[in-house]
Amino acid sequence: MEWLSEFGAIAAMQGFNGLSVFCVLLLMALGLAIIFGQMGVINMAHGEFLTVGAYTTYLVSVLTLKYLPELQPYYFFVAIVLSFVIAGALGWLAEWALISKLYHRPLDTLLATWGLSLVMQQAFRSIFGAREVSASMPDWLMGSFNPTDAIDIPRNGLFVMAVTLLLTAAIFFLLYRSRWGLQVRATVQNRVMSRAVGINTKKVDRMTFALGCGVAGVAGAAFTTIGSTGPTSGSLYIVDTFLVVVFGGAASLFGTIASAFSIAQTQSIAEFFISGSMAKVLTLSAVILILMLRPQGLFSIKVRK
Amino acid sequence: MFKISNLASGYGQSQILHDVNLDVAKQEIVAVMGRNGMGKTTLFKTLMGIVPQMGGSVQVDGQEVAGLETHQRVASGVAYVPQGRMIFPSMTVLENIQTGLPASAGGQVPEDLYALFPVLHEMRKRKGGNLSGGQQQQLAIARALATNPKVLLLDEPTEGIQPSIIKDIARTLKEIRSLRDLTIVVSEQVLSFTMEIADRFLVIEKGRFVLEESAANADEATISRYLSV
Repeated sequence: MEWLSEFGAIAAMQGFNGLSVFCVLLLMALGLAIIFGQMGVINMAHGEFLTVGAYTTYLVSVLTLKYLPELQPYYFFVAIVLSFVIAGALGWLAEWALISKLYHRPLDTLLATWGLSLVMQQAFRSIFGAREVSASMPDWLMGSFNPTDAIDIPRNGLFVMAVTLLLTAAIFFLLYRSRWGLQVRATVQNRVMSRAVGINTKKVDRMTFALGCGVAGVAGAAFTTIGSTGPTSGSLYIVDTFLVVVFGGAASLFGTIASAFSIAQTQSIAEFFISGSMAKVLTLSAVILILMLRPQGLFSIKVRK
Repeated sequence: MFKISNLASGYGQSQILHDVNLDVAKQEIVAVMGRNGMGKTTLFKTLMGIVPQMGGSVQVDGQEVAGLETHQRVASGVAYVPQGRMIFPSMTVLENIQTGLPASAGGQVPEDLYALFPVLHEMRKRKGGNLSGGQQQQLAIARALATNPKVLLLDEPTEGIQPSIIKDIARTLKEIRSLRDLTIVVSEQVLSFTMEIADRFLVIEKGRFVLEESAANADEATISRYLSV
């Protein structure tokens, strides 16, 4: 029986590890799904907005350590807010300067945002250097939580989960309970008609893009607690994030959540039994197989058109 | 009240509307009749700023709206019920109406709107896409009225709707005209419907008005000659 309880403990820890990956994937995918669903723009630079959030958190941690060391335990909350604001503001700027010019040429936005991602990566390299940096963790995020002797659940993972839960709830609230959300959903369904009932769709687009990027920024802040930040940290996640959005069904946020969860868990649990790259192969094959059976993704909305 | 002068518009190189002139008084209902492809929908889309205007002016209550974007025209008092209704199918009936409400309403649907369309109150939690054609038409009108318009534009409101509901819609339109002091322009192919509601008839052919007749002088046979194929 000894080995059984050990096995259970490992499964639990590996499962929790999967939950951490799930959180970062979900935060990235939510932003991407909102932007893609609303404007049909595939934002290739989405990963870089995550990096913006991660570097913002790093900067805040360095600055607090230098000037206000007594506040070091609490800097993370400021960093999350700032990451959201800075990534969101940059997103607003990108939409205004670049993407809004290309709405009638949707494929070109793919190229333009990819270019933007290269520009941003080089900017990170020039400003922060090519070496990876790490934000200093406050003490209360270090260490782990032990429900039994064998199980070891890291606190930073729990913290990331809490942030993800709060942010997801906030996004749902905004989309389904606010006037902005109503306008977003109307625009998604019929852009021309939305204008004809008085919705300023350009403003809605800009807000949506900024919000999506802001959420990626928060994902970046959360990311610093589980990995170190380099100029290409965000782009490592972009492929997985696209996978999540497509697999979940682009029109459904529930789909995005379910798909982020299943992809992260499959990957994480499989990694324990087989090598990392084989786990990736397994996940990708499963996704491809399911998409062949359900091309519209996991969830889609059925109504008379 | 609603004044269109020398309006010209079209798609790309090809001009569809030529020199369209129309002056509609407050509380007047004008019917624009014509066969398919004669420019009815293009006229409405141009008035809403969906199809680019090539020339001329459109005034609401003395205010020029021709240069404005679609959503700004709505704010200046023009509301639109498009052909095919175009409600938001995966949003609830309530949410559909709310999209038209101005920010100041705080999402509260005015009571008189539900009084006009009691069926929408009953169905407010259902998805718009699951309503029948006639109910969707009522929803599209309610959504347009939620913007608090001075001018209501309806493009073929009877298309694909059962006769008993067509009667209902005719009655409601006459009711809201006096209730809300509304100017209404409606395009149609069904003469019996417009005979019931319109104060004036215009026949459009190849993008020009070719006949104008007040309701008192309108002769069903003359107009229907323009409508038959």
